[in-house]
Amino acid sequence: MTALLEARGLTKYYPLRRPGPFAPRQQLRAVDGVDLTIVPGEAVGLVGESGCGKSTLARLVCRLLDPTAGTLRLNGTEISTLSASAFARSAARRQIQMVFQDPTESLNPRFPVFELIADPIRRLLPREGRAALRARVAAAAAAVNLPPELIDRFPHQLSGGQKARVGIARAIAVGPQLLVLDEPTSALDVSVQATVLQLLDRLRRERGIALLFVSHDLNVVRLLCDRIVVMYLGQVVESGPAAAVYAAPAHPYARALLSAIPSLTPREQARTRLDGDPQSPIGAPLDRCRFCGRCPEEQPECGRRAPALRPLDAERQVRCHFAR
Amino acid sequence: MTQPLLSLRGLTVDFVTRSGTVNVLDDVAFDIGLGEIVGIIGESGSGKSVTAYSVMGILDRAARIRTGEILFDGTDVLRMSRAARDRWRGKDAAIVFQNPRTALNPIRTVGDQIADVMARHTPASAAELRARTVAALKQVRAPDPERRMHAYPFELSGGLCQRVGIAIALACAPRLLIADEPTTGLDVTTQAVVMDLIRSLARSRALSVALITHDLALAAEYCDRLVIMHAGHVVEVAPTARIVAAARHPYTARLLRSVPAQVASIGELQAIEGALPDLRRRDLPPCRFAERCDRRRPACDAGRLVPQAVAPGHTVACRNPL
Repeated sequence: MTALLEARGLTKYYPLRRPGPFAPRQQLRAVDGVDLTIVPGEAVGLVGESGCGKSTLARLVCRLLDPTAGTLRLNGTEISTLSASAFARSAARRQIQMVFQDPTESLNPRFPVFELIADPIRRLLPREGRAALRARVAAAAAAVNLPPELIDRFPHQLSGGQKARVGIARAIAVGPQLLVLDEPTSALDVSVQATVLQLLDRLRRERGIALLFVSHDLNVVRLLCDRIVVMYLGQVVESGPAAAVYAAPAHPYARALLSAIPSLTPREQARTRLDGDPQSPIGAPLDRCRFCGRCPEEQPECGRRAPALRPLDAERQVRCHFAR
Repeated sequence: MTQPLLSLRGLTVDFVTRSGTVNVLDDVAFDIGLGEIVGIIGESGSGKSVTAYSVMGILDRAARIRTGEILFDGTDVLRMSRAARDRWRGKDAAIVFQNPRTALNPIRTVGDQIADVMARHTPASAAELRARTVAALKQVRAPDPERRMHAYPFELSGGLCQRVGIAIALACAPRLLIADEPTTGLDVTTQAVVMDLIRSLARSRALSVALITHDLALAAEYCDRLVIMHAGHVVEVAPTARIVAAARHPYTARLLRSVPAQVASIGELQAIEGALPDLRRRDLPPCRFAERCDRRRPACDAGRLVPQAVAPGHTVACRNPL
């Protein structure tokens, strides 16, 4: 199958202010050479701690940010050469839509639900008439199970789950092929989260919308996604089929992430604890593993040579000298 | 359970608002034993934070405690004088707030904020306060405490800020710690470190902890007993293992089926339909879960609902339990 989205060596560096006129120029390496392929209708989970670059990668994929280096192809067409503002007016904008983290913060409080959903349609499909606009808004609201009587309400009159569904409705209203979701359920109660996850799963199955689901909760990602990509300090450290990664994570960081998830039932193995904070993404040495200093399985080799992302089997990749 | 340190008896709290009186807590009762970690679980709006604020005496001005007792070591804190309550708060009972970034003062160093609490309750010389501040930061395993005490909150990571929040709460060695969603907004890896810390402190100094959270899996991992709340009612109280294996209240059972860790596929995940009832209503049914419940019977609407013991240490407020 041809890829819907293909990123090669996607990189985002932020230049920092020099502390003095003769000080060396420093850069914050938010995303550092990420390869990512998403096929139509696939759900990919992107997991990692805050600061690992997963939100920056999501914004690069959505073309809200301009990459420093690397290529990004959508249906075979290069889209990374367009500036972010030019992309906003291009025909490809419709194909990639984003759902933001906190629905309370990301919905304009002065717009009623109808206007919130109609806004992207007006911008991206401007030649449609009023009747078509109304029909599209109604269809998007129905697709996310938003009761019709809520269509004239304002965000503050909605519950958290309803606001999350408005955020999804406005993203799917223009008929995208890829939805990028940045922690869409982290602000919701567990009881509401289930509905939103099932809604996303249904949209993927019924409409063939591919999902890039950013989260730090491996349990949620496991249920929703076909494939998991684990990031650490701007790089992919492990990727593979969700079930395989969840059952037996190969990278020590992925293991720690999985064992940090609280569980209702007593666990079989001792938990892997990560002490301390990650290295700074500013001026980190390039000749050693970025997980050095926190890795419970660190060896002298790790401080001498940075591991490359290598295939573990046909479908899995890992960035560790010692993972098997 | 051991002898209770904290006992809530018939706590009923209203909020007086322009659009009517909201009955936020109705006849809330449970105990927290010495050195015990008790989880208080519920959706947003279930009254779990109001319960915590009632105990601490930091309720909003709109709140009215209609009836009830909050017994701390046998003394009703609601009957204490204001000055006595102020001495009690921070010294005997302390709270860790939800968002460490907003709970800390942004323009004072974290060391000063820890020393403030100590100076208030146990005055000492500046040198001694400094030494105790360093010790307090060491206790929560903040790296390099001598340097970090001079940092402002914005200079620290979220996990470290929350550890400072815990250090402030534990500054005067309280006997009761209320942790109000202490790990929301933190990464799962940091959450595990913060919760391990709270548990080890509870174990090593017989600290009683109330962990307030909507995350049932988190509570199950760390708590000895769970108190399940729904719309201002305590619906079920039992030891953690019993809740997980043999929940009797329909709401608890539904809550368990909405936890992603518990199911094998997304199809098995079950949301709880409907929302909490409007607590301003005058005609609230005796069971506030009745309108969302699939086990409702005519008897559910008849007369006051009283929690029943179904096993030692296990009470359920339901007329048609599982």
